[in-house]
Amino acid sequence: MSYARALRCRKCGREYPVQPLSLCDFCLSPLEVSYDYKAMAGVVSREKLAGGPLSMWRYRDLLSVEGEVVDIGTGFTPLVKADNLGRELGLDRLYIKNDCLNPTYSFKDRPVSVAVTKAREFGFDTIACASTGNLAASVAAHAAKANMKSYVFVPSNVEPGKLVGIAIYNPVLVTVDGSYDDVNRLCTRIVERYNWGFININLRPYYAEGSKTLGYEVAEQLGWRAPDCVVAPAASGLSFTRIWQGLDELSMLGLIEPVNTHMYLSQAAGSSPIVNAFQAGSLHVHPVAPDTIAKSIAIGNPADGYYALRVVRQSGGGACAVTDEELINGMKLLAQTEGIFTEAAGGVVVGALRKLAASGVIKKNELTVAFITGAGPRTQETVSDIVQPFTVQPCLESFEEVVGVRV
Amino acid sequence: MAKRQVTFTFPQELIREPIIYTLSHQFKVVTNIRRADVSENRGWVVLELEGEEKDLEQGIAWVTSKGVRVDPVIGDIVEG
Repeated sequence: MSYARALRCRKCGREYPVQPLSLCDFCLSPLEVSYDYKAMAGVVSREKLAGGPLSMWRYRDLLSVEGEVVDIGTGFTPLVKADNLGRELGLDRLYIKNDCLNPTYSFKDRPVSVAVTKAREFGFDTIACASTGNLAASVAAHAAKANMKSYVFVPSNVEPGKLVGIAIYNPVLVTVDGSYDDVNRLCTRIVERYNWGFININLRPYYAEGSKTLGYEVAEQLGWRAPDCVVAPAASGLSFTRIWQGLDELSMLGLIEPVNTHMYLSQAAGSSPIVNAFQAGSLHVHPVAPDTIAKSIAIGNPADGYYALRVVRQSGGGACAVTDEELINGMKLLAQTEGIFTEAAGGVVVGALRKLAASGVIKKNELTVAFITGAGPRTQETVSDIVQPFTVQPCLESFEEVVGVRV
Repeated sequence: MAKRQVTFTFPQELIREPIIYTLSHQFKVVTNIRRADVSENRGWVVLELEGEEKDLEQGIAWVTSKGVRVDPVIGDIVEG
Protein backbone atom coordinates (compact mmCIF):
# COMPACT_ATOMS: atom_id res chain seq x y z
CA MET A 1 0.00 0.00 0.00
CA SER A 2 1.30 3.46 -0.85
CA TYR A 3 0.91 6.69 1.10
CA ALA A 4 -0.62 8.54 -1.87
CA ARG A 5 -3.88 10.02 -0.70
CA ALA A 6 -5.10 12.18 -3.61
CA LEU A 7 -4.22 14.18 -6.68
CA ARG A 8 -3.91 17.86 -5.86
CA CYS A 9 -3.94 20.90 -8.14
CA ARG A 10 -0.60 22.69 -7.99
CA LYS A 11 -2.31 26.04 -8.49
CA CYS A 12 -5.62 26.11 -6.64
CA GLY A 13 -5.14 23.13 -4.30
CA ARG A 14 -8.34 21.28 -5.26
CA GLU A 15 -8.13 17.55 -4.71
CA TYR A 16 -9.21 14.58 -6.83
CA PRO A 17 -9.16 10.81 -6.23
CA VAL A 18 -6.08 8.96 -7.49
CA GLN A 19 -6.99 8.29 -11.15
CA PRO A 20 -5.64 8.81 -14.68
CA LEU A 21 -6.03 12.61 -14.77
CA SER A 22 -3.49 15.37 -15.27
CA LEU A 23 -5.34 18.72 -15.19
CA CYS A 24 -7.49 20.43 -12.60
CA ASP A 25 -11.04 20.64 -13.87
CA PHE A 26 -11.39 24.17 -12.49
CA CYS A 27 -8.23 26.08 -13.36
CA LEU A 28 -6.70 23.65 -15.90
CA SER A 29 -3.43 23.58 -13.95
CA PRO A 30 -1.35 20.42 -13.50
CA LEU A 31 -2.17 17.91 -10.78
CA GLU A 32 0.39 16.23 -8.56
CA VAL A 33 0.26 13.27 -6.20
CA SER A 34 -0.34 14.27 -2.59
CA TYR A 35 0.94 12.01 0.19
CA ASP A 36 0.26 11.33 3.82
CA TYR A 37 3.76 12.28 4.91
CA LYS A 38 2.99 11.76 8.57
CA ALA A 39 2.17 8.10 8.01
CA MET A 40 5.09 7.76 5.60
CA ALA A 41 7.51 9.17 8.17
CA GLY A 42 6.46 6.42 10.53
CA VAL A 43 7.74 3.65 8.26
CA VAL A 44 10.76 5.02 6.38
CA SER A 45 14.23 5.26 7.81
CA ARG A 46 17.74 5.54 6.39
CA GLU A 47 18.40 1.92 7.37
CA LYS A 48 15.24 0.59 5.75
CA LEU A 49 15.85 2.48 2.52
CA ALA A 50 19.51 1.47 2.39
CA GLY A 51 18.49 -2.17 2.81
CA GLY A 52 16.27 -2.10 -0.28
CA PRO A 53 17.10 -3.30 -3.79
CA LEU A 54 19.91 -1.56 -5.70
CA SER A 55 17.43 0.23 -7.95
CA MET A 56 15.03 3.17 -7.83
CA TRP A 57 12.53 0.83 -6.18
CA ARG A 58 14.41 0.98 -2.87
CA TYR A 59 12.34 4.20 -2.47
CA ARG A 60 9.06 2.45 -3.14
CA ASP A 61 7.53 3.68 0.15
CA LEU A 62 7.96 7.26 -1.12
CA LEU A 63 6.21 6.60 -4.44
CA SER A 64 2.58 6.19 -5.42
CA VAL A 65 2.42 2.55 -6.51
CA GLU A 66 0.29 -0.15 -4.91
CA GLY A 67 1.19 -3.59 -6.28
CA GLU A 68 3.88 -5.32 -8.30
CA VAL A 69 6.08 -2.83 -10.10
CA VAL A 70 7.13 -2.82 -13.75
CA ASP A 71 10.89 -2.74 -13.37
CA ILE A 72 13.53 -3.26 -16.03
CA GLY A 73 16.39 -2.59 -13.61
CA THR A 74 16.29 1.18 -13.37
CA GLY A 75 18.14 3.46 -11.02
CA PHE A 76 20.80 3.55 -8.36
CA THR A 77 23.11 4.77 -11.07
CA PRO A 78 26.64 5.88 -10.14
CA LEU A 79 27.38 9.21 -8.47
CA VAL A 80 31.02 9.73 -9.40
CA LYS A 81 33.46 12.28 -8.02
CA ALA A 82 34.54 14.18 -11.11
CA ASP A 83 38.04 15.32 -10.16
CA ASN A 84 39.33 15.74 -13.71
CA LEU A 85 36.37 17.78 -14.89
CA GLY A 86 36.37 19.68 -11.61
CA ARG A 87 40.03 20.63 -12.10
CA GLU A 88 39.22 21.84 -15.60
CA LEU A 89 36.34 24.00 -14.34
CA GLY A 90 37.85 25.10 -11.04
CA LEU A 91 35.51 23.12 -8.81
CA ASP A 92 36.93 21.05 -5.95
CA ARG A 93 33.82 19.09 -5.00
CA LEU A 94 32.11 18.20 -8.26
CA TYR A 95 30.06 15.02 -8.72
CA ILE A 96 28.37 13.59 -11.79
CA LYS A 97 25.11 11.70 -11.44
CA ASN A 98 25.54 9.37 -14.40
CA ASP A 99 22.00 8.47 -15.39
CA CYS A 100 23.14 7.32 -18.83
CA LEU A 101 23.46 3.93 -17.18
CA ASN A 102 19.78 3.09 -17.05
CA PRO A 103 18.41 0.18 -19.10
CA THR A 104 17.36 2.33 -22.07
CA TYR A 105 20.24 4.78 -21.56
CA SER A 106 18.40 7.75 -20.07
CA PHE A 107 16.71 8.94 -16.88
CA LYS A 108 13.33 8.47 -18.59
CA ASP A 109 13.26 4.91 -17.28
CA ARG A 110 12.56 6.36 -13.83
CA PRO A 111 9.33 8.24 -14.59
CA VAL A 112 8.20 5.64 -17.12
CA SER A 113 8.64 2.79 -14.64
CA VAL A 114 6.23 4.52 -12.24
CA ALA A 115 3.80 5.55 -14.99
CA VAL A 116 3.59 2.07 -16.53
CA THR A 117 3.14 0.50 -13.10
CA LYS A 118 0.23 2.88 -12.47
CA ALA A 119 -1.16 2.24 -15.98
CA ARG A 120 -1.38 -1.45 -15.16
CA GLU A 121 -3.00 -0.69 -11.78
CA PHE A 122 -5.61 1.47 -13.52
CA GLY A 123 -6.44 -1.43 -15.84
CA PHE A 124 -5.02 -0.06 -19.09
CA ASP A 125 -3.78 -2.67 -21.53
CA THR A 126 -2.18 -0.09 -23.84
CA ILE A 127 0.26 2.73 -23.18
CA ALA A 128 1.35 5.49 -25.53
CA CYS A 129 3.61 8.49 -25.88
CA ALA A 130 4.87 11.02 -28.41
CA SER A 131 8.63 11.20 -28.59
CA THR A 132 11.62 11.35 -30.86
CA GLY A 133 13.96 9.23 -28.78
CA ASN A 134 14.54 8.61 -25.09
CA LEU A 135 10.95 8.61 -23.86
CA ALA A 136 9.74 6.40 -26.71
CA ALA A 137 12.46 3.81 -26.14
CA SER A 138 11.69 3.67 -22.45
CA VAL A 139 7.93 3.36 -22.95
CA ALA A 140 8.32 0.60 -25.53
CA ALA A 141 10.78 -1.29 -23.31
CA HIS A 142 8.53 -1.11 -20.24
CA ALA A 143 5.50 -2.17 -22.32
CA ALA A 144 7.46 -5.20 -23.45
CA LYS A 145 8.32 -6.08 -19.86
CA ALA A 146 4.73 -5.57 -18.70
CA ASN A 147 3.23 -7.51 -21.63
CA MET A 148 1.29 -4.42 -22.65
CA LYS A 149 0.71 -2.93 -26.06
CA SER A 150 2.41 0.37 -26.81
CA TYR A 151 1.91 3.10 -29.40
CA VAL A 152 4.68 5.56 -30.11
CA PHE A 153 4.00 8.71 -32.16
CA VAL A 154 6.89 10.34 -33.97
CA PRO A 155 7.04 13.33 -36.34
CA SER A 156 7.82 12.00 -39.82
CA ASN A 157 10.91 14.17 -40.23
CA VAL A 158 12.85 12.31 -37.51
CA GLU A 159 15.89 10.52 -38.93
CA PRO A 160 15.13 6.80 -39.43
CA GLY A 161 18.35 5.87 -37.60
CA LYS A 162 16.92 7.29 -34.39
CA LEU A 163 13.99 4.91 -34.55
CA VAL A 164 15.99 1.70 -34.27
CA GLY A 165 16.41 2.06 -30.50
CA ILE A 166 12.62 2.35 -30.24
CA ALA A 167 11.51 -0.22 -32.80
CA ILE A 168 13.63 -2.99 -31.29
CA TYR A 169 11.10 -3.27 -28.43
CA ASN A 170 8.30 -3.77 -30.99
CA PRO A 171 5.85 -0.96 -30.20
CA VAL A 172 3.28 0.17 -32.77
CA LEU A 173 5.46 2.89 -34.28
CA VAL A 174 3.45 5.65 -35.94
CA THR A 175 5.18 8.40 -37.91
CA VAL A 176 2.94 11.45 -38.26
CA ASP A 177 3.15 13.44 -41.45
CA GLY A 178 3.35 16.89 -39.86
CA SER A 179 5.22 19.21 -37.54
CA TYR A 180 5.83 18.74 -33.80
CA ASP A 181 2.81 20.95 -33.13
CA ASP A 182 0.68 18.72 -35.36
CA VAL A 183 1.79 15.66 -33.37
CA ASN A 184 0.96 17.50 -30.12
CA ARG A 185 -2.54 18.26 -31.35
CA LEU A 186 -3.12 14.73 -32.65
CA CYS A 187 -2.10 13.18 -29.32
CA THR A 188 -4.46 15.38 -27.31
CA ARG A 189 -7.27 14.13 -29.56
CA ILE A 190 -6.20 10.50 -29.26
CA VAL A 191 -6.20 10.59 -25.48
CA GLU A 192 -9.81 11.82 -25.57
CA ARG A 193 -10.94 9.02 -27.87
CA TYR A 194 -9.01 5.92 -26.76
CA ASN A 195 -8.85 4.28 -23.37
CA TRP A 196 -5.06 4.30 -23.26
CA GLY A 197 -2.55 5.29 -20.65
CA PHE A 198 -0.81 8.19 -22.34
CA ILE A 199 2.45 8.53 -20.46
CA ASN A 200 2.83 12.31 -20.39
CA ILE A 201 -0.86 13.23 -20.62
CA ASN A 202 -3.33 11.33 -18.42
CA LEU A 203 -0.53 9.52 -16.52
CA ARG A 204 1.59 12.65 -16.11
CA PRO A 205 1.21 13.07 -12.30
CA TYR A 206 2.63 9.55 -11.81
CA TYR A 207 5.20 9.89 -14.56
CA ALA A 208 6.48 12.95 -12.69
CA GLU A 209 6.99 10.96 -9.50
CA GLY A 210 9.75 8.76 -10.89
CA SER A 211 12.18 11.64 -11.27
CA LYS A 212 12.11 12.28 -7.52
CA THR A 213 14.30 9.21 -7.17
CA LEU A 214 17.15 11.21 -8.73
CA GLY A 215 17.05 13.48 -5.69
CA TYR A 216 16.68 10.60 -3.23
CA GLU A 217 19.62 8.68 -4.70
CA VAL A 218 21.99 11.62 -4.77
CA ALA A 219 21.26 12.44 -1.13
CA GLU A 220 21.78 8.83 -0.06
CA GLN A 221 24.95 8.47 -2.15
CA LEU A 222 26.36 11.62 -0.56
CA GLY A 223 25.89 10.05 2.87
CA TRP A 224 22.41 11.41 3.51
CA ARG A 225 22.86 15.06 2.72
CA ALA A 226 21.72 17.43 -0.03
CA PRO A 227 24.28 19.02 -2.37
CA ASP A 228 25.11 22.73 -2.12
CA CYS A 229 24.39 23.15 -5.83
CA VAL A 230 22.58 21.15 -8.50
CA VAL A 231 22.96 21.72 -12.24
CA ALA A 232 20.34 19.90 -14.32
CA PRO A 233 18.84 20.20 -17.78
CA ALA A 234 15.25 21.27 -18.39
CA ALA A 235 12.89 20.47 -21.24
CA SER A 236 9.32 20.51 -19.88
CA GLY A 237 10.85 21.42 -16.51
CA LEU A 238 9.18 18.44 -14.85
CA SER A 239 12.24 16.42 -13.80
CA PHE A 240 14.00 19.59 -12.61
CA THR A 241 11.16 20.29 -10.19
CA ARG A 242 11.13 16.68 -9.03
CA ILE A 243 14.85 16.53 -8.23
CA TRP A 244 14.18 19.42 -5.88
CA GLN A 245 11.04 17.79 -4.50
CA GLY A 246 12.95 14.57 -3.85
CA LEU A 247 15.46 16.43 -1.71
CA ASP A 248 12.72 18.41 0.00
CA GLU A 249 10.73 15.28 0.87
CA LEU A 250 13.76 13.59 2.45
CA SER A 251 14.20 16.65 4.61
CA MET A 252 10.51 16.71 5.49
CA LEU A 253 10.73 13.06 6.53
CA GLY A 254 13.68 13.83 8.77
CA LEU A 255 16.12 11.75 6.71
CA ILE A 256 18.40 14.68 5.85
CA GLU A 257 19.02 18.16 7.28
CA PRO A 258 17.01 21.12 5.89
CA VAL A 259 17.79 21.61 2.21
CA ASN A 260 19.79 24.67 1.19
CA THR A 261 20.57 23.48 -2.31
CA HIS A 262 20.84 26.10 -5.05
CA MET A 263 19.12 24.73 -8.16
CA TYR A 264 20.63 25.77 -11.51
CA LEU A 265 18.58 25.05 -14.62
CA SER A 266 20.24 24.66 -18.01
CA GLN A 267 18.82 24.79 -21.53
CA ALA A 268 20.14 25.00 -25.06
CA ALA A 269 20.07 28.61 -26.29
CA GLY A 270 18.01 27.52 -29.31
CA SER A 271 15.22 26.32 -27.02
CA SER A 272 15.41 28.21 -23.76
CA PRO A 273 11.96 29.55 -22.85
CA ILE A 274 12.53 28.96 -19.12
CA VAL A 275 15.94 30.67 -19.10
CA ASN A 276 14.43 33.56 -21.08
CA ALA A 277 11.72 34.02 -18.45
CA PHE A 278 14.26 33.86 -15.63
CA GLN A 279 16.44 36.48 -17.26
CA ALA A 280 13.43 38.70 -17.96
CA GLY A 281 12.31 38.44 -14.34
CA SER A 282 8.98 36.99 -15.48
CA LEU A 283 7.09 34.06 -14.03
CA HIS A 284 5.32 33.34 -17.30
CA VAL A 285 7.19 31.18 -19.76
CA HIS A 286 6.46 32.35 -23.29
CA PRO A 287 6.66 29.55 -25.87
CA VAL A 288 9.46 29.54 -28.46
CA ALA A 289 10.10 27.61 -31.68
CA PRO A 290 13.01 25.26 -30.84
CA ASP A 291 16.13 25.40 -33.00
CA THR A 292 18.97 23.39 -31.46
CA ILE A 293 20.80 20.11 -31.90
CA ALA A 294 19.87 19.22 -28.31
CA LYS A 295 16.67 17.55 -29.51
CA SER A 296 16.02 15.59 -26.34
CA ILE A 297 15.40 18.81 -24.40
CA ALA A 298 13.99 20.94 -27.24
CA ILE A 299 10.55 21.77 -25.87
CA GLY A 300 9.23 25.15 -26.94
CA ASN A 301 6.16 25.19 -24.70
CA PRO A 302 7.24 23.58 -21.41
CA ALA A 303 4.30 22.36 -19.33
CA ASP A 304 6.14 22.80 -16.03
CA GLY A 305 8.15 25.87 -16.94
CA TYR A 306 6.42 28.03 -14.35
CA TYR A 307 7.08 25.51 -11.59
CA ALA A 308 10.71 25.04 -12.64
CA LEU A 309 11.16 28.81 -12.46
CA ARG A 310 9.70 28.83 -8.98
CA VAL A 311 12.19 26.18 -7.86
CA VAL A 312 15.06 28.23 -9.32
CA ARG A 313 13.89 31.35 -7.47
CA GLN A 314 12.98 29.70 -4.17
CA SER A 315 16.29 27.86 -3.99
CA GLY A 316 18.40 30.92 -4.75
CA GLY A 317 19.63 29.24 -7.91
CA GLY A 318 19.80 30.40 -11.48
CA ALA A 319 19.21 29.56 -15.14
CA CYS A 320 21.76 29.38 -17.91
CA ALA A 321 21.59 28.79 -21.68
CA VAL A 322 24.44 27.50 -23.83
CA THR A 323 24.89 27.59 -27.59
CA ASP A 324 25.12 24.48 -29.73
CA GLU A 325 28.87 25.02 -30.04
CA GLU A 326 29.24 25.30 -26.26
CA LEU A 327 27.20 22.17 -25.66
CA ILE A 328 29.27 20.16 -28.15
CA ASN A 329 32.39 21.32 -26.34
CA GLY A 330 30.71 20.23 -23.12
CA MET A 331 30.03 16.73 -24.51
CA LYS A 332 33.64 16.39 -25.56
CA LEU A 333 34.97 17.74 -22.29
CA LEU A 334 32.93 15.30 -20.20
CA ALA A 335 34.01 12.35 -22.34
CA GLN A 336 37.65 13.39 -22.33
CA THR A 337 37.89 14.11 -18.60
CA GLU A 338 35.53 11.60 -16.99
CA GLY A 339 35.01 8.92 -19.64
CA ILE A 340 31.28 9.57 -19.89
CA PHE A 341 29.72 9.86 -23.35
CA THR A 342 26.57 11.92 -22.92
CA GLU A 343 23.94 13.08 -25.36
CA ALA A 344 23.58 16.78 -26.18
CA ALA A 345 21.52 17.46 -23.04
CA GLY A 346 24.54 16.47 -20.95
CA GLY A 347 26.66 18.81 -23.03
CA VAL A 348 24.24 21.59 -22.07
CA VAL A 349 24.76 20.76 -18.39
CA VAL A 350 28.55 20.78 -18.68
CA GLY A 351 28.44 24.00 -20.74
CA ALA A 352 26.27 25.65 -18.10
CA LEU A 353 28.49 24.33 -15.33
CA ARG A 354 31.50 25.88 -17.01
CA LYS A 355 29.80 29.28 -17.21
CA LEU A 356 28.49 29.15 -13.66
CA ALA A 357 31.90 28.19 -12.28
CA ALA A 358 33.81 30.73 -14.40
CA SER A 359 31.54 33.57 -13.28
CA GLY A 360 31.88 32.57 -9.64
CA VAL A 361 28.18 31.84 -9.25
CA ILE A 362 29.09 28.32 -8.17
CA LYS A 363 32.00 28.52 -5.74
CA LYS A 364 35.10 26.34 -5.85
CA ASN A 365 34.38 24.56 -2.57
CA GLU A 366 30.63 24.05 -2.98
CA LEU A 367 29.48 20.44 -3.24
CA THR A 368 27.99 20.44 -6.72
CA VAL A 369 26.12 17.66 -8.50
CA ALA A 370 25.67 17.79 -12.28
CA PHE A 371 22.93 15.54 -13.66
CA ILE A 372 23.83 13.75 -16.87
CA THR A 373 20.49 12.35 -17.95
CA GLY A 374 21.10 10.55 -21.23
CA ALA A 375 23.80 8.64 -23.10
CA GLY A 376 25.50 9.76 -26.28
CA PRO A 377 25.42 6.81 -28.66
CA ARG A 378 21.78 7.30 -29.68
CA THR A 379 22.61 10.73 -31.16
CA GLN A 380 26.28 10.38 -31.95
CA GLU A 381 25.90 12.31 -35.22
CA THR A 382 26.09 15.51 -33.15
CA VAL A 383 29.82 14.94 -32.61
CA SER A 384 30.70 12.89 -35.70
CA ASP A 385 33.45 15.40 -36.61
CA ILE A 386 35.46 14.00 -33.72
CA VAL A 387 36.48 11.02 -35.86
CA GLN A 388 39.87 11.95 -37.33
CA PRO A 389 41.93 8.76 -37.43
CA PHE A 390 45.54 8.38 -38.49
CA THR A 391 45.75 6.24 -41.63
CA VAL A 392 48.82 4.02 -41.74
CA GLN A 393 50.17 1.15 -43.80
CA PRO A 394 50.30 -2.21 -41.99
CA CYS A 395 53.98 -1.85 -41.02
CA LEU A 396 55.82 -0.35 -38.04
CA GLU A 397 57.68 2.24 -40.13
CA SER A 398 54.45 3.72 -41.44
CA PHE A 399 52.88 3.71 -37.97
CA GLU A 400 55.86 5.51 -36.43
CA GLU A 401 56.12 7.97 -39.29
CA VAL A 402 52.44 8.91 -39.46
CA VAL A 403 51.55 8.82 -35.75
CA GLY A 404 54.89 10.26 -34.72
CA VAL A 405 55.81 7.94 -31.86
CA ARG A 406 59.22 6.36 -31.33
CA VAL A 407 60.35 3.61 -29.00
CA MET B 1 -20.13 18.82 -28.68
CA ALA B 2 -16.37 18.65 -28.38
CA LYS B 3 -14.03 20.46 -25.99
CA ARG B 4 -10.49 21.83 -26.26
CA GLN B 5 -8.34 23.10 -23.42
CA VAL B 6 -5.88 25.58 -24.83
CA THR B 7 -3.59 28.49 -24.07
CA PHE B 8 -3.74 31.60 -26.24
CA THR B 9 -0.55 33.67 -26.20
CA PHE B 10 -1.07 37.19 -27.52
CA PRO B 11 1.65 39.37 -29.01
CA GLN B 12 1.62 43.06 -28.12
CA GLU B 13 -0.09 44.22 -31.32
CA LEU B 14 -3.14 42.04 -30.66
CA ILE B 15 -3.72 42.92 -27.01
CA ARG B 16 -6.39 45.47 -27.90
CA GLU B 17 -8.29 43.25 -30.33
CA PRO B 18 -11.42 41.39 -29.13
CA ILE B 19 -10.17 38.04 -30.38
CA ILE B 20 -12.02 35.84 -27.88
CA TYR B 21 -15.28 37.75 -28.36
CA THR B 22 -15.03 37.39 -32.12
CA LEU B 23 -14.16 33.70 -31.83
CA SER B 24 -17.31 32.97 -29.87
CA HIS B 25 -19.59 34.98 -32.14
CA GLN B 26 -18.19 34.18 -35.54
CA PHE B 27 -17.58 30.45 -35.04
CA LYS B 28 -20.25 29.34 -32.53
CA VAL B 29 -17.56 28.39 -30.03
CA VAL B 30 -18.32 28.71 -26.31
CA THR B 31 -15.28 30.23 -24.59
CA ASN B 32 -14.71 29.65 -20.87
CA ILE B 33 -11.68 31.48 -19.43
CA ARG B 34 -10.04 29.74 -16.46
CA ARG B 35 -6.82 31.70 -15.95
CA ALA B 36 -5.28 34.74 -17.59
CA ASP B 37 -2.56 37.34 -17.34
CA VAL B 38 -2.71 40.23 -19.77
CA SER B 39 -0.53 43.32 -19.64
CA GLU B 40 0.03 46.17 -22.07
CA ASN B 41 2.92 44.25 -23.66
CA ARG B 42 1.56 40.74 -24.07
CA GLY B 43 -0.71 38.25 -22.46
CA TRP B 44 -1.85 34.68 -22.10
CA VAL B 45 -5.25 33.18 -21.50
CA VAL B 46 -5.99 29.59 -20.49
CA LEU B 47 -9.46 28.64 -21.63
CA GLU B 48 -11.77 25.81 -22.52
CA LEU B 49 -13.47 25.92 -25.90
CA GLU B 50 -16.65 23.99 -26.59
CA GLY B 51 -18.48 23.52 -29.85
CA GLU B 52 -18.99 21.34 -32.89
CA GLU B 53 -15.78 19.78 -34.15
CA LYS B 54 -15.68 21.76 -37.37
CA ASP B 55 -16.46 25.05 -35.59
CA LEU B 56 -13.60 24.42 -33.15
CA GLU B 57 -11.20 23.60 -35.98
CA GLN B 58 -12.19 26.66 -37.98
CA GLY B 59 -12.19 28.90 -34.93
CA ILE B 60 -8.73 27.83 -33.80
CA ALA B 61 -7.42 28.19 -37.36
CA TRP B 62 -8.82 31.74 -37.44
CA VAL B 63 -7.28 32.67 -34.07
CA THR B 64 -3.93 31.30 -35.25
CA SER B 65 -4.19 33.21 -38.52
CA LYS B 66 -4.64 36.44 -36.54
CA GLY B 67 -1.18 35.90 -35.00
CA VAL B 68 -2.16 34.37 -31.65
CA ARG B 69 -0.20 31.28 -30.63
CA VAL B 70 -2.51 28.42 -29.68
CA ASP B 71 -1.14 25.51 -27.63
CA PRO B 72 -2.73 22.58 -25.83
CA VAL B 73 -2.90 23.62 -22.17
CA ILE B 74 -0.95 20.51 -21.21
CA GLY B 75 2.10 21.92 -22.99
CA ASP B 76 4.24 20.17 -25.59
CA ILE B 77 3.64 16.45 -25.63
CA VAL B 78 6.40 15.37 -27.98
CA GLU B 79 9.42 14.73 -25.76
CA GLY B 80 12.94 13.72 -26.59
